[in-house]
Amino acid sequence: MKKFLSKIIDMKNHSDPQHSRGLLIFSNTSEVIKAEGILKTAGYQIRVMSPPPQYRTGCDLAIDFPLVEQLGVMRCLSEEKIVPLDVLPLSEERLEPLQLCRVTDFGDYLMIKAANMKITIHKLSRKIVNISGGGCPDVPYLATEMIGKSIYDAPNPRNLGYSLCAYSLNVAYEEALRIMEEQLC
Amino acid sequence: MLVLAGTIPLQGIPLLAGQGVLTSEGLVIHDMATGVGHVLDQNRGTAAMMTTVAVVCQKYGLRPPMCVVAGDIGKRDGSSQVYAYLTEHLGELCPEVMTFHYIMPDIRRNNLLIKAIKQLKRKPLLIADAGSMYVAKAGGHSPYYDIFTPDMGELAFLADEKADHPAYTRGFIWHMNEEVHELVQRAHHWKNAANILFVKGSTDYICRSGKILKSIGEPSIPELEAIGGTGDTITGMLTALAYRGTDLVDACLIAARANREAGRLARPTPATQVNKIIEHIPHALQISENLLMEPVVERAGILPESLEKVMIH
Repeated sequence: MKKFLSKIIDMKNHSDPQHSRGLLIFSNTSEVIKAEGILKTAGYQIRVMSPPPQYRTGCDLAIDFPLVEQLGVMRCLSEEKIVPLDVLPLSEERLEPLQLCRVTDFGDYLMIKAANMKITIHKLSRKIVNISGGGCPDVPYLATEMIGKSIYDAPNPRNLGYSLCAYSLNVAYEEALRIMEEQLC
Repeated sequence: MLVLAGTIPLQGIPLLAGQGVLTSEGLVIHDMATGVGHVLDQNRGTAAMMTTVAVVCQKYGLRPPMCVVAGDIGKRDGSSQVYAYLTEHLGELCPEVMTFHYIMPDIRRNNLLIKAIKQLKRKPLLIADAGSMYVAKAGGHSPYYDIFTPDMGELAFLADEKADHPAYTRGFIWHMNEEVHELVQRAHHWKNAANILFVKGSTDYICRSGKILKSIGEPSIPELEAIGGTGDTITGMLTALAYRGTDLVDACLIAARANREAGRLARPTPATQVNKIIEHIPHALQISENLLMEPVVERAGILPESLEKVMIH
């Protein structure tokens, strides 16, 4: 009976999706955003999410990855000179950044919102005409770098930003790109 | 003294702490240590808020604000300098009103700043917007603040007791976009709201202690939502009005109406930049104050009669 029960517990642990996953902790959000891009390009099944409380500053991200692939993940990152601060087993449910968008049509312009960020595009010229919302210091910086440029030529917030606001702006920016490409088809 | 704090999106700008003075070129902050003046680009974040405060102070003959800023493009360097300066120099500044703005959230440094504020002989009026509001919530200090100025996305974040940053707002709460009353109550219930919330949006909501006191939807200028900095002008106006001594709920009502009037006067498109709105703020404030002083004021019917008597002079 004891043996049977321990087998059930073992099976339960293996069916738990968190059981075999780990968290990569980085020193800042910018590194996470870069690491996410590198690992996704390399084909790893990863997700960005909130770090555990002991690593919280109020604006941070971590990467959830399959523990079994730790070696490959670490090698992939070190080739790009990115070294995580820590690697932890995923012990509890963590929050994921919001990926949802809302679109407002102003006629000649389209505004796309993601979390607390908004990007507005002139439909005909595809120019970014405004960026609003957010609260981290890279938002006004990104606005300076992106406003006035075509959505195709503007720097990607993923490459230029450092914060979770930049992450959300990137969600809105990618949705804007998707809508514009859809309109071209 | 009126103290404004935040970051400006330029790499390498040192910590500047000095009076923000309006010039023909824009808002200039003179560094107290070196005397060198820096012109801020009023179209971006903290500079839009500070320029608005300076414009309103000038209109009412108030002393210009003391501005504490540093360059930060998201690397935390300037934000750390601002936190450190304020924590160290609060006693000398003797602030009556403090408004905190774009800053990299840093729970540990903000905790130190709150501790320093608590050591002052008299608690200043505290207003937080942008990153300063996020860190106030993440650090569990929201009820210590007097006013928060979230937009609808940020209100959902305040209402989500598990989120440390608006990006982590859970989908089911973010989808409660139309349920403002519920979101305000949730934020208050979880102690994640300041006493007064000014919720910025297509309709603005002025809330106190978890209840909506008043909603302002006119004049309706939908384009304002797309224009970066139009929330910062609201924060700037209500900061200066609070410094003037206006009742805080009245200050919110005046700022809400004036921002819309400034938008109406500017006739904006979604591509307009906020400096075109700021130009109209002095006139818009006059219109707004006149409207609120008139005996026949649009009533939303939400406010109990006893409170309306207090709010509308």
